[in-house]
Amino acid sequence: MSQLPNGWEMVVGLEVHTELLTKSKLFCGCENHFGSEPNSNVCPVCLGLPGSLPVLNHEAVELGMRIGMALHCTIAPSTFHRKNYFYPDQSKDYQISQYDLPLNSGGYLDLPDGSRVGIERAHMEEDTGKTTHMGGSGRLAGAERSLVDYNRCGVPLVEIVSAPDIRSAAQARAYAAELRGILIATGASDGRMEEGSMRIDANVSVRKTGEPFGTRCEIKNLNSLRSLQRAIDYEALRQIDILEEGGRIRQETRHWDETAGETSTLRVKEDAEDYRYFRDPDLVDLAPSQEWQDAVRAALPAMPAERRAAVAAMVASPTSAQLDAIEVVVDLGLERFIHETVAQGGDAALAISRVANELASNVDQAQHLNVSAFVATVKMEQSGALSATQAKEILGVLMESGGDPVAIAAAKGYEQMSSDSLGAIVEELITANPDEWGRYRDGDDKLAGFFTGLVMKATQGKANGKAVVAELQARR
Amino acid sequence: MTTAVSIAHDVATGATTASAALESSLATIAERNGEINAFLYVDTDRARAMAASVDERIAAGETVGPLAGVPIAIKDNMCQIDVPTTCSSKILEGWRPPYNATVIDRLVAAGAIPVGKTNLDEFAMGSSTENSAFGATRNPLDVSRVPGGSSGGSAAAVAANMTPVSLGSDTGGSIRQPAALCGLVGLKPTYGLVSRYGLIAFASSLDQIGPFTTTVADTALLMEVMSGHDPMDSTSLPEPAPSLLAHVNEGVAGKRIGLVKELYEGSDAEVLESVRRAAETLREAGATIVELSMPELSLGLSAYYLIAPAEASSNLARFDGVRFGNRVNAPDVTAMMEATRTAGFGPEVKRRIMLGTYALSAGYFDAYYGQALKVRTLTIAAFQKAYAEVDLILGATTPGVAFPFGSKTKDPMAMYLNDVFTIPSNLAGDPAISVPFGTGEANLPIGVQLLGPGRSERALLAAARVLEIADGRA
Repeated sequence: MSQLPNGWEMVVGLEVHTELLTKSKLFCGCENHFGSEPNSNVCPVCLGLPGSLPVLNHEAVELGMRIGMALHCTIAPSTFHRKNYFYPDQSKDYQISQYDLPLNSGGYLDLPDGSRVGIERAHMEEDTGKTTHMGGSGRLAGAERSLVDYNRCGVPLVEIVSAPDIRSAAQARAYAAELRGILIATGASDGRMEEGSMRIDANVSVRKTGEPFGTRCEIKNLNSLRSLQRAIDYEALRQIDILEEGGRIRQETRHWDETAGETSTLRVKEDAEDYRYFRDPDLVDLAPSQEWQDAVRAALPAMPAERRAAVAAMVASPTSAQLDAIEVVVDLGLERFIHETVAQGGDAALAISRVANELASNVDQAQHLNVSAFVATVKMEQSGALSATQAKEILGVLMESGGDPVAIAAAKGYEQMSSDSLGAIVEELITANPDEWGRYRDGDDKLAGFFTGLVMKATQGKANGKAVVAELQARR
Repeated sequence: MTTAVSIAHDVATGATTASAALESSLATIAERNGEINAFLYVDTDRARAMAASVDERIAAGETVGPLAGVPIAIKDNMCQIDVPTTCSSKILEGWRPPYNATVIDRLVAAGAIPVGKTNLDEFAMGSSTENSAFGATRNPLDVSRVPGGSSGGSAAAVAANMTPVSLGSDTGGSIRQPAALCGLVGLKPTYGLVSRYGLIAFASSLDQIGPFTTTVADTALLMEVMSGHDPMDSTSLPEPAPSLLAHVNEGVAGKRIGLVKELYEGSDAEVLESVRRAAETLREAGATIVELSMPELSLGLSAYYLIAPAEASSNLARFDGVRFGNRVNAPDVTAMMEATRTAGFGPEVKRRIMLGTYALSAGYFDAYYGQALKVRTLTIAAFQKAYAEVDLILGATTPGVAFPFGSKTKDPMAMYLNDVFTIPSNLAGDPAISVPFGTGEANLPIGVQLLGPGRSERALLAAARVLEIADGRA
């Protein structure tokens, strides 16, 4: 849904929390690992035992800086505050977070469609544990028992807060997707929304175009890019309905229900807690030296936009379908196959197509595919030694069990058909289908496909489609 | 009175054994603790095993540390593996930490024998040890009076000769004030010199662990063992422990010592007399005495009673019944936390949590906590200005001698005023030492206080040593 009714416009800002791929937690040496036995990655510090003290993990700061640099932020001396509130999965009953002086501030993110979204800040904080409420409504109030797993407690997070620059749900989705690509490219995060390592809250308001910002609502529980887009569209329309009926928007936090496809009130602003933020006296200021910043910047890999441009540059005036394919290739981090193909004199467009289709359909196996074997296969297809069908078959075998594409082709009997034997088959089929041949000769090019299909059937896919068309052309 | 220096020497040379030193300590505890209530827990079996191990190592010809065989009492707000640690609060009753405070590790590695945990004002909030959930501690020099606080149990343990030395913690005077009231040497080190890891926080930006001893030399010895960078404490100073014991007799010749009127004015006549005589003694030893006024220090008490409770309100949030300590069951988690904290904390702790919560609240933050931080900055600047003129500062530790039980409990402000001379050093993060000098009412000891800039422990101990000798104590 790209167009809102009656001149309404939505204003969206996203808050993205990402867990960092550090070896250990933010303030202690416990392993940072998803899926361990409950309460197995814990120690006095992350359990908040009396007398324990936090010590900042420098690997986390480095990943935090990478994110900031990739988002064109300014890195400045920063501090850690305590956000005080009582909750059982918060072992100290306060969360250590950056408040008025974040590590990264004032950046931007350019989307593939050319639009730019401002980044207000990207700050560091610790994650909480996980509470499971048993009995009752499944929420804290009224539960018979609450079980807490502190494995996640103290896992490093970076919260990336966008400016309210987003104007559609599709743009929000594109922003989240692009940001996810950046987080993965920096090595800071695995971007797995389903495991909660990337979590998104959306601030949504609506206004008539050109008017001041309206009252916003914050939507939580957005567990996929699809949820994000659906929830924002739903919420914008909900607000427009209220305003068109003369009502007012109440500032509140709302919960997205994926099954029902709607948002509902979680808490209103009047209930908002006073977090009593103050500087954490257990920690010292974080002021990364210029040398450290320079080293991190120098080691920063290319970001998705730059990588997409590099791949696109290998194709002469790429079509929009090819650009989409390139986005897939870069998203999956598989562009080394394209670069190597081109380096060895192969065809970039063909390589892109094979990666975006055959390799993309089996990413885990594709990660282990030998690049030289891929290039050899593409070049065999390009030269006509293999048909498209055969090339796809061989890529499947290579991903499954590896090997040498030439040997596999031989074992499968994919020897190149000589033009003599292909010509003989084409002759036979022309004789057997005189009407179709007549129409083809009269200029109906579509019938080339008809004959190619027959040849493929007759040769069990061994023939090269381009060679078949060449044989037909020669007899036209 | 046996000192740590002499016990360690005698144990290392075979003149006595760690076990004998410990048994002497345990015998005194058995004899006097019922009356004094210095110890909340005596860790007899573990201490005996540790002492036996020290003796075995000596018998085997192994090198032992500088505190080999020295019994030491530990304030019950420091964590020791498997030893009950309560902070004198019902909320932690029965809790046994699964880890050691860094100071415990260092003391034990040096051969010291922790004999047990001593009483304190609940969570170190108080100046008399009357706020303990497990009964008040009596002053061994006059059992009708308080030993001071909050480290009253550790001070009383040494004053009653139960252990030669002990550890306290000082947030606003909690080592120096009981040291003064019990006739001991008590040092609040430079902030960050001794690791806070394993010290259950009252006010993190003010807390420091330090020793109670009968001699300046013992303080020097303990500080050499306990100080030095600890990677587990982000606020720990980066450098290794300073050398102190070899320098305690350096004297004060050529030093400039400021006599700051805001640090003794309003004290009892005998206290004023002690401070005057201390100044005279230091002058005779070659120091130049400079009379100073630091009006900014008078704001310290108010700032302290906002900053410390503010930090405490957050530090004490974790005592919620979820993971450790006592729990009062209730229909849901929030009600359980409320019931647990209501039953578990005493009135003074609740008062400070409420004060601190209020001071940090939206709409009040700038007027209270923010303002207090400004006063703290002023205090630091005032000391910097003073230390441009003088090397050390002299004043009183407390306005009077040990006071009778109940005499200040009805009026929290009267109790808070007992810390007025000690608080500025905590706000500034600077070291200060209380050393006995003269006596007052009922022949009770008076402490004078020496203050110095950050990392001036060596000069402070040397000056304290001059007073110690003049007082005929060593």
